[in-house]
Amino acid sequence: MNIHEYQAKEIFRSHGIPIPEGDIATTPEQAEALAKKYGGTVVVKAQVHAGGRGKAGGVKLARNPKEAREIAEKILALTIKDLLVKKVLVTPAADIATEAYVGVIIDRASKRATFMVSPAGGIDIEEVAAKTPEKLRKLAVDPRYGLQTYEAMELGFFLYDDVKQVRAAAKIMQQLYAAFVASGASLAEINPLVTTPDGKVLALDAKMVIDDNELDRKPELAALRDESAEAPSEVEARNASLTFIKLDGNVGCIVNGAGLAMATMDLVKYYGGEPANFLDIGGSSNPEKVVTALKIITEDPSVKAILFNIFGGITRTDDVANGIVTATKKTPLAVPIVIRLTGTNEEIAVKILEDNGFTALTDMDEAVQRAVELATAKEAA
Amino acid sequence: MSIFIDSGTRLIVQGITGRDGSFHAKQMIEYGTTVVGGVTPGKGGQKFEGTVPIFNTVSQAVKATGGNTTVIYVPPPFAADAMMEAADAGVSLIVAITEGVPVMDMTRVYPFVRERGARLLGPNCPGLISPGKSKVGIIPGRICTPGSIGLVSRSGTLTYEVVYQMTRAGLGQTTCVGIGGDPINGTNFIDCLAAFEADKDTTSVVIIGEIGGTDEQEAARYVKENMTKPVVGFIAGQTAPPGRRMGHAGAIISGSAGTAAEKIQAFEENGIAVAKRPIDVVGLLKARM
Repeated sequence: MNIHEYQAKEIFRSHGIPIPEGDIATTPEQAEALAKKYGGTVVVKAQVHAGGRGKAGGVKLARNPKEAREIAEKILALTIKDLLVKKVLVTPAADIATEAYVGVIIDRASKRATFMVSPAGGIDIEEVAAKTPEKLRKLAVDPRYGLQTYEAMELGFFLYDDVKQVRAAAKIMQQLYAAFVASGASLAEINPLVTTPDGKVLALDAKMVIDDNELDRKPELAALRDESAEAPSEVEARNASLTFIKLDGNVGCIVNGAGLAMATMDLVKYYGGEPANFLDIGGSSNPEKVVTALKIITEDPSVKAILFNIFGGITRTDDVANGIVTATKKTPLAVPIVIRLTGTNEEIAVKILEDNGFTALTDMDEAVQRAVELATAKEAA
Repeated sequence: MSIFIDSGTRLIVQGITGRDGSFHAKQMIEYGTTVVGGVTPGKGGQKFEGTVPIFNTVSQAVKATGGNTTVIYVPPPFAADAMMEAADAGVSLIVAITEGVPVMDMTRVYPFVRERGARLLGPNCPGLISPGKSKVGIIPGRICTPGSIGLVSRSGTLTYEVVYQMTRAGLGQTTCVGIGGDPINGTNFIDCLAAFEADKDTTSVVIIGEIGGTDEQEAARYVKENMTKPVVGFIAGQTAPPGRRMGHAGAIISGSAGTAAEKIQAFEENGIAVAKRPIDVVGLLKARM
């Protein structure tokens, strides 16, 4: 789960990381009032779940309260990577001497929380890794002992020469590690970590991604979810325990299992179509889940044909068949549907479908080809 | 022969009285797996289905039954502890089916299990099956048939699809292993490839990967440098957009890394024949027999 910069900053602050004060505005007037409160130049930053906010015009300096209002008005009207900006963070501008990067991720290779630091901060770290790998230093942390002071110091010396700044950065990294572990994060990032002309070390930005699997046992973090920052269909799917991702094509796919769902989308493409979505109904499906899945798919006007691909293991195919019948009785379909199912209780499922006027296929390739043909024909009509 | 499990496998089911655990324990017994005991804290002394003894702890179960393998169906908040308990009790193979285990927990479990010399498979995996001998996990037994092909996969239902196509075409399997779709898992592709290479009854191997991470690329290099048996591959997620998690916690393209195209290229450059569709695995295998 992505959280906003201002939320990540709250978490970082609670672990002692030095961050300039700041507050949220949802209107230009609020931004103006905050700028007045802080005095001097402020930064107005769009709060959206998208990288590259600066390039998109979502981060701007304002020299006085009136300018803060004007800038906030512009930013609050922006759409960055399809996401409407609904909040801005207003924070006093800091004088910057140097910019560095500090991040922690879960590294699949070492199977540990791993620090990545670079003296080339403020820019895209993946670019640094690709173009100037010598400016990037990695360190995998032993989960049993945490980030030791000498390790943090080693990383600090990679960033700075002044031992005072090294010590300050080392302390920040230990605090960042504590925040990372306590929050069950999969990523925590300070970009940039700056030094000021008077020698202070400060975190000017904060980014954090929380492992979705932590949310059940950490309700205080689950509460940070901003549903207004997500597509409504994806929120609805998640509330029904479905995984849904909207794509650009016209073949609506409903599949059980993530791997099979991806393979189904690929096969749609192979046969000349474009998938409209990724939708995984999960392992133990009940008819209600299928009803919600169909509702989400049929609400998308770009969907011209619906494709079910179900390989029953834990999933009972008769549950899926019942879900299809229930959903289509409630709301008849406006687009053609192709159903492929095989596995657990297949005979019962086929009978349910046939009794209700549907046909069921058992072969995946045949089903995908037919769905692509029907979508293409419907698109042309 | 087969890898990791065979007719000598003596299985303990952790979470045997739960909804998933009891359902699959029955399925495994029906398939012919030697299920020697179950574990549910507080239900020690009872019997599952009137025959399988239930214990309070894994350690008690191992001592009483000589179990050498466990399968874990306990809910996500308790799964990490269950894996550590099994490793500490001296079990040599731990298969964790549970989906949704926090990754932070796995950073602690992985070194713990390793130091105790146990093999962990999963979490968030369908388990494994050596057709005709033993099944540990949830892979439907009837879609498999004994034979000479080894299969390793990061996925669940996609594995079923490929195995089903193979079985229909008369291509049986030595062992099918699902390593799971999480970022940190106990057993990786290379562990399975090495075991298949060493298994004298396995003549060729199928590897099914997906977007996210670099495990497939490393597996491809391993195949080129260490394997003599033909390997056929499939990668799911060619149409997946970057930055979006596709169901599995591990299935996310971050930056320029982890794309299907990159993995397919790594396979091809290292001598793995790549199937364009799941069904094409069958043709590629037959051409290499």
